Amino acid sequence: MAEVLEKPKKEGLFSKKNIAIIKDPLDDSNPVTVQVLGICSALAVTVQVKPAIIMTLGVIFVTAFSNLIVSIIRKSIPTRVRIIVQLIVVATLVTIVDQMLKAYMFDVSKKLSVFVGLIITNCIVMGRLEAFAFAQKPWPSFLDGIGNGLGYGIILITVAVFREFFGSGSILGFNLVPQWAYDHGYVNNGLMMLPPSALFLIGGYIWWQRSRNKKLTNIS
Amino acid sequence: MHSNRYTFIYAIGISILTAIILATTSVVLKPKQDFNLALDAKSNILKSVLVEPSSSSEIERIYGKQVEELVLNSKGDIIPDVKANTVVLKEELGKNLEDRKLPLYIYTDDKGGKNYVVPMQGVGLWGPIWGFISFESDLNTVKGAFFDHKSETPGLGAEIAEKPFQEKFIGKKIIDGNNSFISVNVVKSSAKVDFGPEYRVDAISGGTITSNGTNDMIRNCVEPYLVYFNKQKN
Repeated sequence: MAEVLEKPKKEGLFSKKNIAIIKDPLDDSNPVTVQVLGICSALAVTVQVKPAIIMTLGVIFVTAFSNLIVSIIRKSIPTRVRIIVQLIVVATLVTIVDQMLKAYMFDVSKKLSVFVGLIITNCIVMGRLEAFAFAQKPWPSFLDGIGNGLGYGIILITVAVFREFFGSGSILGFNLVPQWAYDHGYVNNGLMMLPPSALFLIGGYIWWQRSRNKKLTNIS
Repeated sequence: MHSNRYTFIYAIGISILTAIILATTSVVLKPKQDFNLALDAKSNILKSVLVEPSSSSEIERIYGKQVEELVLNSKGDIIPDVKANTVVLKEELGKNLEDRKLPLYIYTDDKGGKNYVVPMQGVGLWGPIWGFISFESDLNTVKGAFFDHKSETPGLGAEIAEKPFQEKFIGKKIIDGNNSFISVNVVKSSAKVDFGPEYRVDAISGGTITSNGTNDMIRNCVEPYLVYFNKQKN
């Protein structure tokens, strides 16, 4: 097994390898555009920028800590029920976050409403647990969680900026399209308010990303 | 490979452990959450009369001093002994009109003017919507309105919870010259209706079902109070 090969000198907390764990998911192995995880919520919560940002923070928190916890107990988890155990960890974390928000940040919890619960069903969380945390030490797993949460957030917020701007003419609730544009016949694009537009935008993003990033061109 | 026995014990163990953790968090945080919910309701009632205190202690103070809570029956009489915050609106709306308890909040402003706040509950597209609508002392003109929702679509139905939509209700009327109930109607801007502009508010484009839900909610929830309102006017 790998244990025999890997017994190097003690790594620093932010060694090159660990930094790469955070940076890779931002572009080279982006959870949404390259791993194709978490597409469903990328369609659902990107109508406006604000929910997208809050969702991003929630997902970063949950991926980071569920990765950490699962990585700590990974050797004791019976392989046959590992998915259920992972799900329990994720669901517990999300429920605790939800309860804490309701008790201490009521306004935020009102804005999030259903989105917090949606984090449980986000494929990125389970995907990273299976693919990374189950075989890695706690600290790199924690970083992997943060990295993937960020990578997810980049896509989410990019898509949300486009959708809110073209769909409602505003960003973060501030109107950016001036009134005279509407007076001269400019109309907000209704398609941008509907989930399919996120799919087109993500498609466009993947196209742009692959044309730019040489590492990705040979994958497909 | 772990043995069956280990697997079972592990699964049961982790379930019990997480159950204990979750139960504890829930019990510990419950009082705080209930307090927040009550405070939120109070702040929403104040928002509907266009008062927006900045801090929670301010909300408590103004609410405690200037808001009176009443519960009415369908004949417009005050039921003594029943507290407004114990009435669950959703359950009341399921009952026959005669058996309904109708909570009413009366806000007295600094000059002694009275505003009457009616709580509302209805259905949107994806889940419940609710709110408060307040009337001037003529019991006809809308002073302000507040709406909120559980899960309407952001940018479409969820716009009912935004200021621009709620501000459209200010100054609208619910009763016409013959003292018959028209309600504030949420309708398409192009809709042809037989009542004047003071009885209508433009619906949200793309949020038709939520708009219709809001329209029905106002109609259903305000109408039972008219008996009481008429009594007050005489």
